[in-house]
Order: sequence, then structure tokens, then C-alpha cells
Amino acid sequence: MQTTINNRVIEISEEELSLKLIDFLRENLNLTGTKNGCNIGACGSCTILVNENPVRSCIKKVSDIIDKKVLTIEGMENEDGTVHHLQQSFIDHGAIQCGFCTPGMVLVSHAFLLKNQNPTREEVQKAIKPNLCRCTGYQQIIDAILFAAKKY
Amino acid sequence: MQKAWRNDSYEKVTGKATFTDDLKKIDMVHCAPVYSELIHAKIKSINTSKAEKAKGVLRVITAKDVPGDANFGQIHKDYFMFVTDKIRSEGDVVALIVADTRENAISATNLVEVDAIPLPILSDMEVAFNEKENLVHESKGSNIINHHKIRRGKKIDIAFSECDVILERDYSTGYIEHAYLEPESAVCVPRYDGVMEVYGSMQHPFSTRRFVATLLGKQLSEIEIIATTMGGGFGGKDDTAAIVCARAALAAQLTGKPAKLTYTREWSMRESYKRHPYKLHYKIGVKGKKIHAVKTKMIVDGGAYTSVTPWVSWRSTVQCCGPYKVENVICDAYGVHTNNIFTGAFRGFGAPQVNFCIEQLVEECAKEIGEDPIAFRKENMLRQGDETITSQKLDNHTVSTEEVLNKVLEISDYSNKIKNVSLGKKSEKQYGIGVAMSYRGASLGAEGMDFCSAIINGQFDGSILLEVGIHENGQGAESAMILLAAENLGVKKERIRYNRASTSHIPDGGTTVASRGTLMGGGAVVDAAKNLKRIIAKSLHKELNCNIENVRFFDDYVWGATNENKISWKDAMHKMFLNCDYPFSFGSFKAPKVSWDEENGTGNAYFTWVYSAQVIELEFDTIKNSVKLLDIFAVHDIGKTVNKKMLQGQIYGGITQGVGMALMENLTSTNGKLSATNFNKYKIPRATDIPKITTAIVENHDPNSPTGAKGIGEPALEIAAAAIGNAMYNATGKRFNSYPIKFKK
Repeated sequence: MQTTINNRVIEISEEELSLKLIDFLRENLNLTGTKNGCNIGACGSCTILVNENPVRSCIKKVSDIIDKKVLTIEGMENEDGTVHHLQQSFIDHGAIQCGFCTPGMVLVSHAFLLKNQNPTREEVQKAIKPNLCRCTGYQQIIDAILFAAKKY
Repeated sequence: MQKAWRNDSYEKVTGKATFTDDLKKIDMVHCAPVYSELIHAKIKSINTSKAEKAKGVLRVITAKDVPGDANFGQIHKDYFMFVTDKIRSEGDVVALIVADTRENAISATNLVEVDAIPLPILSDMEVAFNEKENLVHESKGSNIINHHKIRRGKKIDIAFSECDVILERDYSTGYIEHAYLEPESAVCVPRYDGVMEVYGSMQHPFSTRRFVATLLGKQLSEIEIIATTMGGGFGGKDDTAAIVCARAALAAQLTGKPAKLTYTREWSMRESYKRHPYKLHYKIGVKGKKIHAVKTKMIVDGGAYTSVTPWVSWRSTVQCCGPYKVENVICDAYGVHTNNIFTGAFRGFGAPQVNFCIEQLVEECAKEIGEDPIAFRKENMLRQGDETITSQKLDNHTVSTEEVLNKVLEISDYSNKIKNVSLGKKSEKQYGIGVAMSYRGASLGAEGMDFCSAIINGQFDGSILLEVGIHENGQGAESAMILLAAENLGVKKERIRYNRASTSHIPDGGTTVASRGTLMGGGAVVDAAKNLKRIIAKSLHKELNCNIENVRFFDDYVWGATNENKISWKDAMHKMFLNCDYPFSFGSFKAPKVSWDEENGTGNAYFTWVYSAQVIELEFDTIKNSVKLLDIFAVHDIGKTVNKKMLQGQIYGGITQGVGMALMENLTSTNGKLSATNFNKYKIPRATDIPKITTAIVENHDPNSPTGAKGIGEPALEIAAAAIGNAMYNATGKRFNSYPIKFKK
């Protein structure tokens, strides 16, 4: 059995199938950019993309990603090692404070912008609604996403 | 667009930033806390034998294994890091399981048996206040933690008899969870030199060091707390976070192995301290157009342990009348013990509660005397040279009450919009706009010792290492310190790397609380920069053909008296190497003197003040019984802007927490049991709950601050609920005297 994580094909063993996805990513693969804020799928800190759709990895199993394409924050950078323009927009707009929600926010908004390149402020608010941020009041995150949309 | 800058944005946006739970150590063991289902009970015995035999369990730690003291606290040492004789709240920890894996540690938590005699539970602060027999801490002889008071002016009954209008109101405020997104975590490593190395999600390394040293029975020098990327604190990662570190350190010491203790959200919410709920009674009297007398009594639920309740409730007394002149004041604030999860520091620290009352009361008073609420505020507000209710003369900085108020009215177009409010007029959607303002004492004030440290370590290649005795909580403290150091040394900021402090490197700079980071840390940076420039001038002035006093620093160069003589910073550092002089300096900043007379409640409570005003517009849906915020405007006089986008971020985030507090966040404690321990039941604002926020900054450089800057973290939060209260009145025609505001048909 296989899955593709950040363009890398990963073999999955029978025992690994029932592991909680977030634990598999963080503990087995050392992809610690995915954060665990609530462990019940309520805060969005553990958001990853599966076939370009946002998924809360704390309420999924490894079996949910077999033969699928997974993107975690570690796979967001460009091939030349520079940050993706969405990430740069987060930096430039001051959308980052403590940084704990940031990986999930980047991924949930990336999935959204892949589908909608000309969003309104309200559409962005709705798109990131599943993800909590306690620091920023969301303003600069929304600004960053709206700015980045132009380059998608 | 002016681009934002912070030193850690790349590592955070790429997920590379290492938070405590991301750390792994070879041979690391895992811990899990054991709670009891009892709330208030006398311990007979704690039996760990079954748990000790469970799979993978290496050790079960209880109070009897503590080499130092299990009890500690910042003011009173009444918190037990492990339960000893008594359980006092749902969050009390009776044991810590140490096992080979996290799963095994958690599995064994159900196997610890507690034999105890249940005691009656005190969950209501007013009952606890009057209770004489059932005491949370018998040794204290009372459930009352503290009593702060203000006595100003003539006998209050006489003052009220002189008033034309008297209003009396009761208020209550919510029990609020910090909800930092990263739960507490600690990784502790016993080092071969006998030092316990601690990585933790905590907002005060030095306070954590005291907790760890106390539990382990070690000296401060034997504990090294290493600052680690932290996922939010908001005041909430002091006591509990430090205790989590202390317990993990004990596990590491007893097993001789690195130990990790990462909290689940449920453990975090069950055990960590909250914002204090208040019950307040206000009586206010107006004579002519002046507020003539205020009498207020507040009961403050401190929960099972003291923590910083005396300090929080002290700020409430000092600020109980808002930014207004009042000649006759009686204020009594009582912190009381209950069996609820304890309460402690939370962004705002006793101010949001009183602001919610007084900012609505001034509008009610204005209405009673037929005066416009804005005009009434202007009639009564503190101005330059006025005396506060604690007899502090406001003459050492710019008192900008009117300036911030006028500015927020202007940017929000308040005077036009107020004409459109519904005031209860029947319609599907009722429109309201509300204003609130505050003055907030900066930093700790007379609560405690207020000083901070900084080290600038210039390297011979021109790079610079900067350390400051404050902590990066996510707010951008390190970035602000880098910008201030660059400005004061006259170098480009790219030269400077912030060296994350360890408690073994830099002297204790105090807690990064009370919106004091930029103010106090910045003051220390200015001093360190001054000292470094003096050292460089001494070493290089001859080469610059001038006296030591005439050496200047700007544009990344060191200059002589004239522009003829200059050395680039990089070359200057190399020349210092050749001169065998270290470009190394220490700096400190001691807060200007404050004073407090506890008996009369008088004194110079804070050495300077921050002035704020906010306007919030909303729509109340009378069918759905819900509120939609439409627009928010915020004006703050923070002295001086250091990092604009981060400053705005503080305002946006602070207001959002204030909105949550006012409209949605609500914990209840029923017989000591919390109503929620995760985000499915505890709702905090999401992106769709917050409208666009517009900010305007007023910059009256503060002469008491070496950088001119004050603070913003708390001013941003402390008046949002009050503005919403006033907006709700203007929409519905009804006053809401408790938050979270509940709308009943």
C-alpha cells in the first residue's frame, strides 16, 4: 500500500493503517509542521491537504490517505527552496504571530485559492472559518490571502 | 504596501519553527497527569500500586516523591503541584504517570486509586465570601484571599446626598479560557553537569525556573530554562505552564531520562487558570454635570488557589472609575477562594471587568441628566495635570483622553451614525453603535518589582547578538527588540540576530506580562546600546580624530565629530578586535518609582498610562436573536510605534478576544465542574465573526519610557466588551449588565 506525501511515495504497512494520521505524520515521518491543538477536529491546526482538499489529520487514520496525494506544510515551498507566494504574502502582511495555527491556515487557504482565484473578503472568511487563530483577529491573514489570490 | 517584518516569520510560515512538543530526545520518557473525580475532599490515601504494574509504566510520582516543596505560588505558596492533604478543585493533580510511551502513560492514569472524604463544594463566589465554616484553605481562617480598597474624599453618604442623580447597578463578568492554540508542553533533560535543562511552552522562563527549583529542591543556578517557540499565552502560560515544566522536570530527575509532558486540550482546560469572573455593585452619583461620587464593591472569584488574584483585583480598584475625575470614591475589592479552577493572569488583568461597568454607567448617567454621552465624557475625563482617584497627578506624560476619543469618533463617523441607531425600535434588524474608552496603567505598577535586562554582544565580523530578559510569546517581542537595538546602535537590522535567552545567560528580566515587553525590554535595550556605544567610542575615538563624547552612530557607520571621519560598522568591529576590546554590553531599565498606600488606596499606582478609545457597530437580529458585528474602529496612544504591522496585529487580536469575551465565550462551573474542556463546546471567535477593523495610532512619545513606546497587548482588549455593551443598548434599548451578553426574547 502506498500514499504520496509531499510528492514522495511512502510505503504503508498493515500495522500503520490504523494509526491516527496526525501521529503518523508527526511521530513516524517527523513532519512536525502539522500541529495538534484540540485532537477532536475543532481547531484546524492539524489541517493538511488530501487530493487538494483540506482535511483535519487529528480525526483521520492512515487508511484514509492510501493512494491519495497528501500535502503538508513541509511540501508548500517551491522546488528551488523559496517560499510559495502565498507564504510570502503571509509574511508580508503580518499574518503570523505565535505561528501555531499558521501551517493549517496556509494549507486551508491554499486549497481555497486553487479553486477560487478571485474571492471576496467574505468568501475568504468563510473558507478559513474552520481554522481557529487566537492571536491575529484574522485581519492580516485575510489580507494575505486576498493579495495572494491574484497570483494563483 | 509597507511590508511586515518579524524575525521568525520564515520558520513559522514553513512549519519549521520548533515548538516544545516537536522536540524529541533519545531515550525520552512520557508523562501523563492523574486527576481525581473529586472536587473538594480530604485525602486518606493515594494508591499507585496498580498503575505501577501497568504496561510500560516506569514510575508513578506523587507528593511523597517530591524532593523539594510541592507547594508554590507567586504570591502565596498555596498551590500544590501534587495533591498532598486535600483536593481543592477539579484540576488538582494527584499523581504523574511516567511511561515508555505516551499511550502507556495515558492508559495507566485510570489505575491510580484515591481514597478521600468528600467535603461540601463551594462553587459560588458570593456564598464562599460569606462562608465561615467550609474553607478551601483551613489554615487561612477565611475564604477571602485579599481586600483592596480606595478611600477618597468626604464621607460617601454625604457625597451622595449632594448628588442630583444616583444610579445603582449590579454587574457580572465571565469565566474565560485563554484558549492559546498550543496546549502546555515541557521537555526536560537531566544533564550530566547536574543541571536540569527545561524546554517549555511557558511565557516566563524565570518564573518557571522558580517553580522547577522549588519542586526539585534545587538552586536556581541548577535549572536552565531554554526559551522555546510558544503557541500563544495571553497571560495564561505562567503558573500552570511552569507547573507542567516542574512536573516533567521531576519525572526526568527521578528516572534519569529526558521526559516529555504534553497536555491534551482537555487537561489544559481542566487544569489551567482562567480569567476572573467578577460580581460588581456600582453606585454612582452625578452633581450638575460632574460625576461626584462612586461606591463600588467587587467580589472576585480566585478559585482554589491564590495565583495573582491580589494583583488582578488591585488593578480593578485603581481603574474602577475609568478615565474620569471623581472626587469621592469608595471601592472594596475582595478576592475569594472557591472550589472552581483557579483564576490568574489574562490579558487585560482586572481591567475589562471594571471597564464594562463604568463605560456603560457613564452613558446611563449622561442619559439621566439629559446630556450627550460624548459631551458627558469630555466634561468628566481626566486631563493633563488632573488627579486620579488614587491621588496620582497625571503630569509626567501626555494625557490624551480627548485626543483618542476625538480620533475614534472621527474615523468611525460616529456623530452621523449615532443618529441612525434603533434604540429598541421594532424591526427585524436593530442597528447600534457604541464607544468605550480607557486609561490603563502601564506595566506592573505598584504590584511588583519592575526591571529588565538586555545584552548586546557585538561580534568581530560585524554581526550582533541581542538578548533581552523578556519572552517571545508570539506577539513579536524579539522583532521589536531587534528594531529598537538597530535604531539605537545606528546599524541595519540585518546585522542583529536575536539570541533566544536561557535563564543561565541573562539576568531575570521579569515576566513578559502587563504589556510591559516593549516598554521595559526596550528600555533595557536603549541602555545596553548606550553602554556599547560608549565602549566603541572609547576604543576607536582616536582613529576617528575626536573625543569620546563626539563619536556618533548612524547609517551603519561609526562617525567622528565631522563627516570626514567614518568607519563602517563591520570595520569598526574588526578594529576593536585589533585593539583587544570587547564590543559587549549589558543594559538594564528600572521602572520609575511608583507608590501605594494599602490602607487608603492612594499612590502613584503606575509610572505612566496608555489611552484608548474604540467604536463598534453592530446589528441585532430580533428574529434569530443574534448579533452581527459590522465595523470596528480602534485608537490607542501607545507612545511610539516600533513595528507597525505587529502593533496592528496586537490591536486586531486583542479586540477579537474582547469580542469573544463579550458575545460568545462562556465557561461555567457547576459544583466545581467545568462546562467545557475543548473547542467543540468552548466557542472562540472564528474568521466569520470579526468584521474589518480600522486602527489609528496616536504617538505622544512617553518621557518615562527610554524608547518613547508604551504597550498595546492589553489596551487593545480591555474596552471591546464595553463598546459592545453600549452598542447593544443603542440597538435594543436595553442594558446588558453581564457578559457574555445573553439575548433572551
